[in-house]
Amino acid sequence: MSVISDSGVRAPSPPFTDEHEDLRATVRRWVESEIVPEQDTWERRREFPRELFDRAAELGFLGLKYPERLGGQGGDAVHDAVWAEELAAAGACGGVGAGLGAHTGIATPPIFSFGTAEQHERFLRPAIAGERIAALGITEPGAGSDVASIRTTAKRVDGGWLVNGSKTFITNGVRADFLVCAVRTRPEGGHAGISFLILERGMEGYEVSRKLEKLGWHSSDTGELAFTDVHVPEENLLGAENEGFKLIMANFQWERLLMALGAVGAMDWCLRRSVAYALERRAFGRAIGSFQAIRHKIAEMATKLEAGRAMSYAALRLLDSGQDALREVTAAKLFTQRAAVETADEAVQIHGGYGYMREYEVERVLRDARLGPIGGGTDEVMKEILGRGFGL
Amino acid sequence: MKICCLVKEVPDAAVQKRIDPETKRLDRSGENTLNQFDTHGIEAAMQIREGGVVDVEEIVAVTMGPGSAQRALHKAVALGADRSVHLSDDVLAGSDVCATGYALAKVLEGESPDLVLLGQQSDDGECYTIGAVVADHLRMPSLTQVIKMDVADGKLTCERQAEYGYDTVEVRLPAVISVGDAINEPRYPSLKAIMGAKKKPLDTKAAGEVGIESGKVGEAGSRTQVLAINPPPEKEPGEIIEDEDTNETVEKIVAWLEERKLI
Ligand SMILES: Cc1cc2nc3c(=O)[nH]c(=O)nc-3n(C[C@H](O)[C@H](O)[C@H](O)COP(=O)(O)OP(=O)(O)OC[C@H]3O[C@@H](n4cnc5c(N)ncnc54)[C@H](O)[C@@H]3O)c2cc1C
Ligand SMILES: Cc1cc2nc3c(=O)[nH]c(=O)nc-3n(C[C@H](O)[C@H](O)[C@H](O)COP(=O)(O)OP(=O)(O)OC[C@H]3O[C@@H](n4cnc5c(N)ncnc54)[C@H](O)[C@@H]3O)c2cc1C
Repeated sequence: MSVISDSGVRAPSPPFTDEHEDLRATVRRWVESEIVPEQDTWERRREFPRELFDRAAELGFLGLKYPERLGGQGGDAVHDAVWAEELAAAGACGGVGAGLGAHTGIATPPIFSFGTAEQHERFLRPAIAGERIAALGITEPGAGSDVASIRTTAKRVDGGWLVNGSKTFITNGVRADFLVCAVRTRPEGGHAGISFLILERGMEGYEVSRKLEKLGWHSSDTGELAFTDVHVPEENLLGAENEGFKLIMANFQWERLLMALGAVGAMDWCLRRSVAYALERRAFGRAIGSFQAIRHKIAEMATKLEAGRAMSYAALRLLDSGQDALREVTAAKLFTQRAAVETADEAVQIHGGYGYMREYEVERVLRDARLGPIGGGTDEVMKEILGRGFGL
Repeated sequence: MKICCLVKEVPDAAVQKRIDPETKRLDRSGENTLNQFDTHGIEAAMQIREGGVVDVEEIVAVTMGPGSAQRALHKAVALGADRSVHLSDDVLAGSDVCATGYALAKVLEGESPDLVLLGQQSDDGECYTIGAVVADHLRMPSLTQVIKMDVADGKLTCERQAEYGYDTVEVRLPAVISVGDAINEPRYPSLKAIMGAKKKPLDTKAAGEVGIESGKVGEAGSRTQVLAINPPPEKEPGEIIEDEDTNETVEKIVAWLEERKLI
């Protein structure tokens, strides 16, 4: 076969422009110079430093899609998409991506979309400035995929609510300054009686009961929270009372697309790492990349990457143009999360024994990727959404 | 004080560079970017402005290049320049270092800057000379490879990197300074700055508009002529000593070193 060499460098195609590529370059430089050299220490310490939020805020990353009047950068969803993809592509570990991403991608967007001007000032502005860390609390010990079955209750009292219950698996949960929290405001179960309250660290009865240990995402703090008669004032109700399910659903689309883009970034990283290693590592007198078995692994990794990227970008184009993209986002989430695990696994395989060693980072990427088919709605849930969408 | 920063569009580091055998010029198709060294020049200008010792009214980015070079100007503005000037004209194609320096000097004459900053080298041409050529035309003092710069009432105190250490040199303004990459760590352009860059003024000038004599630029006006381009001679392959019996291997290495009087 003749040799056709392809650098893969392409001019940006919609919805991306030169500006997005410049932002990508900024994110990449930041990750490569300030995160990658430090992150192994953070992984071992089971937490990246608080100051990373300050630094990200200083560089504008925490407010990319928010208006300048709130201290944001005045960009849009596509800028946030670049941020999510490039963090992973440039090699930031899943824990850093999760901690910063939970803040920018899942916890603050509902405040922007559903919050009052006063809530924007109290919560969004300091979150964009990195002064207050945000978390989103939906999952409970007894309710994950089955969101409608949450049991944390909020009972009407004078001037607000009294909240009792618990949340688990909450990203940034240990150090969050405020929690955008799903609660049941009507005793009868189901979708109808869910509301969102913003709980704040320091409110009496708000307690971090546990910092959880995990397979991956080591530098991200995942917390379990307990609420005992927490008094939450009236002005901390986010959106309309009893209409919280709408808020959950609105945000899921965006969260899942960001996860898809993060997986695309991680696959891109795995591919580049694996190609470099396959060219350099020698066995039986030649570079391992010249064995067809390895070359074909690389080809399959590249195919999964291209497919995942195409699906994610197509969904992004739809969402960005204000169209419904439920099927596209769901399919992109489903495909990319599994593909990223497989790609990371192949990267480990190509690295042989070195792949199993911490030093080479690919084992971490595999561990980090394994969250993908679980978090933000499991693979099975994605398939339910897709299948039911056909009226089945 | 007014500072002009010379910036150049160069092929992206990831792009394999290629010389067009026909024109004997660099093939500039493909992804281009702002010359990395020039970002240090802009950062130096920003630090003078933010240092507060002198009042910097304006930082102007100046480039000479084809239409695509506007990208480099946008990047320069995203890093802090207030506006930019794009010298672009077909007559400039094929200019060598002297012609490029002359043309840039003509643009600068029109701007009357107090300080001209450049990167010490371009990523592609790597001549390290534009600064000196520009300074000669402007009749200004020039320093190269500057890695520290302090400004005070009408003069600069610079440290320049030399083979044996550092020279500390004082120059009177106006001056032309090319900076090394050790001078600073360029800032990260924020999204706001990136998006704002296209809104800042950008003047495109033809050669005639800045008084460039067409006979002094382009291929015809260049005093160098590229006759041929050859790849560097291939290095002789090293000698590989296979390690079968380690004692023997060590003997062979020692013999090899002794033969060359290295031990
Ligand atoms: C590291 C980490 C970080 C997280 N961060 C957050 C956070 O910040 N905020 C937050 O609210 N949540 C967070 N989560 C929770 C996450 O969203 C849930 O773990 C996820 O939705 C799955 O819920 P579950 O763990 O209760 O699993 P379950 O719902 O108990 O599911 C168990 C298994 O049953 C399957 N299953 C369930 N229902 C069906 C069905 N109808 N058909 C077929 N199979 C089904 C699931 O697919 C899964 O395989 C996080 C989780 C992790 C691990
Ligand atoms: C032997 C030789 C022959 C050449 N012959 C040709 C030829 O026939 N045709 C041809 O097209 N090219 C030719 N070139 C390349 C061309 O001369 C240079 O690329 C160009 O003149 C600028 O020099 P440089 O980029 O190496 O500048 P350097 O001196 O390395 O650059 C230093 C700094 O000058 C500034 N600068 C450089 N160029 C510009 C610019 N265009 N606009 C704004 N600022 C700038 C930047 O701040 C840069 O950091 C030749 C180069 C060599 C070495």
